[in-house]
Amino acid sequence: MYRDAILKKFDPRLDNILFILHELQDNNPQHYLANADIEKCADYLNIPYSYVHGVVTFYSMFSLKPRGRYIIRLCDSPPCHLMGSESLLDYLKKKLKVDVGKTTADGVFTLEITSCLGICGVAPALMMNEEMIGNLTPERVDTVLEERRQTS
Amino acid sequence: MKLEDLKKIREKASKEIELRQKQARVKIVVGMGTSGIAAGAREVLKTLLDEIATRNLTDVMVTQTGEKGLASHEPMIEIYEEGKEVVVYGNIDAEKAKRIIAEHIVNHKPVSEYVIEV
Amino acid sequence: MNIVRNHVLISIDAGTLMSGARAVEDALVKEIVKQGLDKEVSVLETGSIGITGRGVILVVYPEGIYYADVTPDDVPELVEEHLLKGRPLTRLILTETPKRTIITKEKTGLLKEQPRIVLKNCGFIDPENIDEYIAAGGYEGIAKVLQTMTSEDVVAEIKSSGLLGRGGAGFPTGMKWDFAIKTPGDEKFVICNADEGEPGTFKDRLILEGDPHKLIEGMLIAGYAIHGTRGFVYIRGEYSLSIERIEKAILDARAYGLLGKNILESNFSFDIVVMKGAGAYVCGEETALIESLEGKRGHPRNKPPFPINAGLWGKPTLVNNVETLANISEIIRNGAEWYKGYGTEKCSGTKVFTILGHVATPGLVETEMGTTLKDIIFEYGGGIKNGKTFKGALVGGAAGAFLGPDMLNVKMDFVNLKEYSAALGSGAILVMNEDTDMVDMLKSVLHFFKHESCGHCVPCRLGTARLVELIDDIAASKAKKEDIDQLLEITRVMKDSSFCPLGQSVTLPVSSALKYFKNEFMSRVTS
Repeated sequence: MYRDAILKKFDPRLDNILFILHELQDNNPQHYLANADIEKCADYLNIPYSYVHGVVTFYSMFSLKPRGRYIIRLCDSPPCHLMGSESLLDYLKKKLKVDVGKTTADGVFTLEITSCLGICGVAPALMMNEEMIGNLTPERVDTVLEERRQTS
Repeated sequence: MKLEDLKKIREKASKEIELRQKQARVKIVVGMGTSGIAAGAREVLKTLLDEIATRNLTDVMVTQTGEKGLASHEPMIEIYEEGKEVVVYGNIDAEKAKRIIAEHIVNHKPVSEYVIEV
Repeated sequence: MNIVRNHVLISIDAGTLMSGARAVEDALVKEIVKQGLDKEVSVLETGSIGITGRGVILVVYPEGIYYADVTPDDVPELVEEHLLKGRPLTRLILTETPKRTIITKEKTGLLKEQPRIVLKNCGFIDPENIDEYIAAGGYEGIAKVLQTMTSEDVVAEIKSSGLLGRGGAGFPTGMKWDFAIKTPGDEKFVICNADEGEPGTFKDRLILEGDPHKLIEGMLIAGYAIHGTRGFVYIRGEYSLSIERIEKAILDARAYGLLGKNILESNFSFDIVVMKGAGAYVCGEETALIESLEGKRGHPRNKPPFPINAGLWGKPTLVNNVETLANISEIIRNGAEWYKGYGTEKCSGTKVFTILGHVATPGLVETEMGTTLKDIIFEYGGGIKNGKTFKGALVGGAAGAFLGPDMLNVKMDFVNLKEYSAALGSGAILVMNEDTDMVDMLKSVLHFFKHESCGHCVPCRLGTARLVELIDDIAASKAKKEDIDQLLEITRVMKDSSFCPLGQSVTLPVSSALKYFKNEFMSRVTS
């Protein structure tokens, strides 16, 4: 099981929980923490399931719902807001035909919003999985989405 | 490591950096911070390396650095040549990078439209 | 290997495409092959060359000759004459050839000289090469400390430099270190707070990505000063490049014996690990950060005890911001007196500001403490974009204050801004032009707080939710005049009763927005 291999990389100490959850989620094909992930983590650290669940729900980078291959996290903090992120969000919703927090029918994209990504000099910006993309315009969004669709 | 070793590394590193710059006629430095990357610096770096490889420019070296703080001009690249002033280019994309290689690096004619600082 | 003798650049932009640039390019490539020159001549597409209204433009290197109004019919002659025989085709040469000398632009905006202390190496050295840091004088600070200074000397030097913590609150760093050294404990920790989440702030990211060894050196010196044994860098999960670079830097420093046991053959041993956050603004608060490091939900703790007395796993813990720690090695190398030469009497040194929004050159600047807001926006930021006028700025991040035009001459430092009920905070400056809807801006700020409230205490959890309802109504012109008063009242209560600075600080943006831009709010409500 790949999950055991992940766990083995870390000492079974509570302060490793965020590392473990990050890795479990990154390696889950649907980019989320399934019941099985949480159970494995709880068993390994010898803590209750409810404890792990509590930690997962606290941090916004973790998800309890299956997500698409690409997770789009559009920044909506004041600097991006000032540079037009709200209309970009509308554009993304229309283009992907999903609401915030939802995954496209083909399972390729999940649309999320995030707090400041710290690349405000190239606002408005989004994060696509691990990649940061700035200077967004509707045209650039089109290109970026098209590229990802083709590789998936 | 001993204290003297630190001094030695410092001297050695300074010399090596100097030597590397002497061996290379031109040093191209690409800004590879997150803002730069978000604005397309990886593609610029790749284009530069491709162009240098296809033209077999053995006297050109490419290195990276972090962000300078001038986010609105990312991606940025700098050209260092001995005895010349450093040329900084801003808002570079793959096409512009190709032109910089052809005009500035190969033919010694900086592309003034893209220059933001000398 | 082929030696390319000539490069022919063809300018491809909207104008040249309309004039038939593609047809010329095709003809050119075919003709070059036909005349057997394809090994010696290369054809390259380039963007706009800056000449308009002259049809298709070609530039032939190495001669640097410009041809204009080129048609496919001209191509055979051009190739034969210039490229084969080496005789430029005079009838097509562009006479007003643009000068190929570099335009030396006057240094304006962010290119102006800056007194850079913490960002000295950022954008100059290769952050993934420890030798470049050492060549730039790196690790000399820790060498000096280990060779010539006691822990007390180090603390005294930092105290005397007047360095104030750069995380936002501006607490004197030397004093914090002094508390740490005086707290007994078999094990003490140094935590670098790199959970940079304040909207509009990315100074710490620049240091982590651009000069990670400087942070390591700062932590080493802090560790030595307070008799620390281990260091932790807590980085927000979104900063993947920062995590990658600092992890590599730690490995390289370890390989050089600059981290680990008996550093530089002294009795001092210290090591650092990186911790990755998972998306929670509140973890920037030091006790919440410690909870998160311990593997819990990131709720803030009761204070006192402060981390300096009982922090990580109950042990004495020093928590410093990235920018603060990046100052340390420079202070040690150059001395406290040198450092005090920068900034104001009460706030020494420099500050990294981010200038964002409607300015000509958004980005980041390091300048002396006490520089006026006007200078930062107009000298470094290049003024307001597209010739518009300045309306206001949100200074210090979302937990900061809105300032109007009459505040442009305010000196930007921790002490001075407090006098105007504003805060320097993280040094973020979000500039708004005349067209900006201030109600909408405050709405964005309050939505941010609602999203980031951790839910631990009632005033913040319910307060932020209620504030969002109210501002949404005001923005939609569905509110009454009393709703504006209620906005203020809620933030006042939150200031008094919230558990941590997150809830306490909402009052700043709300009260300042209403102070400077009340008319805009009033025009949206019915009385």
